Amino acid sequence: MLENLDPVFLARVQFAFTVSFHIIFPSFTIGLASWLAVLEWRWLKTGKQVYADVYRMWVKIFAVTFGMGVVSGVVLSFQFGTNWSIFSDAGGNVIGPLLGYEVLTAFFLEASFLGIMLFGWNRVSPRLHFASTVIVAAGTLISAFWILSANSWMQTPAGFRVGEHGLLYPTDWLEVIFNPSFPYRFIHMVTAAYLTTAFTVAGIGAFYLWRKRHLACARVMLGMAMIMAVFVAPLQLLFGDMHGLNTFEHQPAKVAAMEGLWETTRGAPLILFGWPDQEAEITRYAVEIPKLSSLILTHSFDGEVRGLKAWPENERPPAAVVFWTFRIMVGLGLLMIATGVAALVLYFKKRLFDTRWFQYWCMALTPSGFVAVLAGWFVTEVGRQPWIVQGVLRTSDAVSPVIAQSVAISLAAFILVYLFVFGAGTYYILHLINKGPEDGEAVYGSHGMDQPPLVTDVARKKGDRYV
Amino acid sequence: MFSLEGFLDLPLIWYALISTAVFLYVLLDGFDLGVGVLFPFAPTDQCRDTMMNSVAPFWDGNETWLVLGGGGLLAAFPLAYAVIMPAFYIPVIAMLLGLIFRGVAFEFRFKANQNTRWIWDYSFHFGSLAAAFMQGVIIGAFVQGVEVSGRSYAGGAFDWLNAYSLMTGAALVFGYALLGATWVVMKTDEQTQQWARMAAARVLGALVFFMVMVSVFMPVINADIRNLWFSLPNVFFLAPLPAISLILSVFIWRDLKEGSEYRPLLFSFGIFLTGYLGLAISMWPYLVPFDITFRQAAAAPASQSLLLVGTVVLLPVILGYMAYCYYIFRGKASAESGY
Ligand code: HDD
Ligand code: HEM
Ligand code: HEM
Repeated sequence: MLENLDPVFLARVQFAFTVSFHIIFPSFTIGLASWLAVLEWRWLKTGKQVYADVYRMWVKIFAVTFGMGVVSGVVLSFQFGTNWSIFSDAGGNVIGPLLGYEVLTAFFLEASFLGIMLFGWNRVSPRLHFASTVIVAAGTLISAFWILSANSWMQTPAGFRVGEHGLLYPTDWLEVIFNPSFPYRFIHMVTAAYLTTAFTVAGIGAFYLWRKRHLACARVMLGMAMIMAVFVAPLQLLFGDMHGLNTFEHQPAKVAAMEGLWETTRGAPLILFGWPDQEAEITRYAVEIPKLSSLILTHSFDGEVRGLKAWPENERPPAAVVFWTFRIMVGLGLLMIATGVAALVLYFKKRLFDTRWFQYWCMALTPSGFVAVLAGWFVTEVGRQPWIVQGVLRTSDAVSPVIAQSVAISLAAFILVYLFVFGAGTYYILHLINKGPEDGEAVYGSHGMDQPPLVTDVARKKGDRYV
Repeated sequence: MFSLEGFLDLPLIWYALISTAVFLYVLLDGFDLGVGVLFPFAPTDQCRDTMMNSVAPFWDGNETWLVLGGGGLLAAFPLAYAVIMPAFYIPVIAMLLGLIFRGVAFEFRFKANQNTRWIWDYSFHFGSLAAAFMQGVIIGAFVQGVEVSGRSYAGGAFDWLNAYSLMTGAALVFGYALLGATWVVMKTDEQTQQWARMAAARVLGALVFFMVMVSVFMPVINADIRNLWFSLPNVFFLAPLPAISLILSVFIWRDLKEGSEYRPLLFSFGIFLTGYLGLAISMWPYLVPFDITFRQAAAAPASQSLLLVGTVVLLPVILGYMAYCYYIFRGKASAESGY
């Protein structure tokens, strides 16, 4: 059985599996880090204990998530070599320095100041502790900057030339880093991370309100999250639309797959639902709104949209996956906007914190951000197929010379280990949520410890600052 | 296009930088992997808590040097990265899985209740052990050479597996254990420290044995290395390296008995430095022995230049704030952080 496995397919499944697990953690930690910085700032500014309580609860969840983000990320940085060595060889000149800058400007920063943020409260002044939180938050954004630049370059490569052996050489670094899809992808992804965090926090705040526990803290959580839903969720629609228009310009085959459009059409309809059939080259059971696709993409009722048949069969992405994951993402985005509208109405009726159905609604949407993020990445990555670097290098030509058995066994190992380890992590996070914030009694920032961690004799002698 | 090629020997500079990053990784993650290796042998749970706390603020920063080594290799020598990773596919993946198990233990251990804490104790121990052993195996297989054809790895899935590489795997486990034990001597007191002194002495004995074995068999399995080390006049220049590490071992031994707290760790760093220099001299100028030199593997000058600018500016800053973190968490660790 193991003999007939296709190493390219296995390598793709393995990469998709590990990177999909990884992105779950950053999309939470990017948002959480920024939010924690805001909370700590509010606390320092107003001195209100409730901000400290909320901070203390979420910093523990942050720590667990961050730890899982790190270990799953280290795996990825080696998988470029273990699974896509030909791509690493050919593209290393261009993509390598971007990843190198990510390590130098972001990973070291996050890793070092995370230590102070988690364990340092009793050892540094409140201001310096706040600075550490801000630095960690900035680190997550810088990290997103570089990795998304690298990924966007694979989607819309620019600023390079092809040399001998098919190696790619950079010709203009600014064009490489700020390649055509990068600004859109960066804004869209960071916003996605903020929304993911907001809806998770909202769901848990709603849970406490529903159970009538930790009411003061729960108000802060739900309230702040709803500010994001009101203002940022609609912006995401705008950013997504701009992103899509940019994709239409640079990766039209991906857009054709998202639309489920096979024939090149003037006045193309917007297909709401349907089943794109790759073999028959049609979209079955289509429910459509006439001319809307053309209107969105070309801003004219009878603008031309190219269908998938405009490309030879071996240059078409698998349409059904792209089509459906795109609808999942946009659908969730619309639900998020609706949540913001509802919150606004309830707020003006002074019922935001005690409306039952709205609490259920928010609880139901707790995982919505994660699902939307994964769906969005599936649109992006599967829609790029069969290319690993759009128009330059095919995925099937990029795979390492490793036998299928090795890849299959390591894939199985990854699945078992990830399910066990990250399952346990999720369990501990749920446990922390169930416990909720501890109101007041413990020392702020000590994570429930009354004694400072790692007390030094030196520090103790130095005086009250540490006690 | 912007390039520093005209007045700098970029491949050489990058060879030095990557070697330094990997060496720093070995020293820094070495001690916290070593703490994991020794973990279950500590006498009490309280000792284990103390040991864990002594590395908790640092492990992530330490491991980032590995990411820099890997990422830097991809950026500066993509060909080497593209050949080495598939060649050591199985040990690399096993190492990564080990790093997962130990990395999450730092958080999970303090979240678990008393009945399930043992899972994360063992996850920390076996994860550290697997990572350390696999790194040693990779080095042992690496010095025996990697089969290359064209620009790709051309060997089999198990080429890395033989008696010599298993021996270097064990050697590195003991090496890291020595770093871990001497770190614990420095960062703890009372019972934990006493135990660590004893553990360090035992591990040191085993390590000396393995150093001798590795040094004896390396020239035996490879004629080029034999000629390099034993030809005149090289032998006079190179003989001091093993001699220094033996002398350092004696110093460590003495200090463990007489009570200095930080010198054993520094001397252990010294042993690693001599070993690493010996390795670098034996492999020179290959980045993928014995086919691809560091010049052949070098990335385009534009790529090496771009990252060099950033490295020159940022590396001192990074070293600065990392030192600051070690300074903030200076002094003895305690068991009391039920975090
Ligand atoms: C810097 C590069 C990079 C980044 C930031 C991402 N990916 Fe990616 N992805 C790749 C680089 C890549 C790749 C190495 O290029 C793969 C492997 C095979 C391929 O075609 O592209 C890939 C494949 C790939 C596939 C399989 C597609 C297929 O083969 O049909 C999925 C589902 C994802 N990725 C998902 C993600 C997710 C959830 C990401 C969020 C972090 C993500 N990718 C970020
Ligand atoms: C597929 C390509 C990716 C690779 C190779 C990669 C690599 C890594 C590595 C090696 C780490 C651990 C760093 C450490 O040791 O501290 C990490 C963590 C991180 N990554 Fe990724 N990553 C990828 C995708 C992404 C994406 C798309 C984002 C965000 C948009 C992202 C954001 C982060 C962040 C914020 C962290 C810090 C840890 C955390 O917050 O959980 N990564 N990544
Ligand atoms: C509300 C309407 C939305 C629209 C119109 C939209 C549009 C798009 C488009 C067109 C892409 C693919 C771009 C490409 O690959 O070239 C994309 C990708 C993506 N979307 Fe959305 N999106 C929306 C909502 C959301 C929401 C709510 C989230 C998550 C909370 C999200 C997360 C993502 C992610 C993570 C990606 C992949 C990364 C990227 O290419 O930016 N999107 N989106």
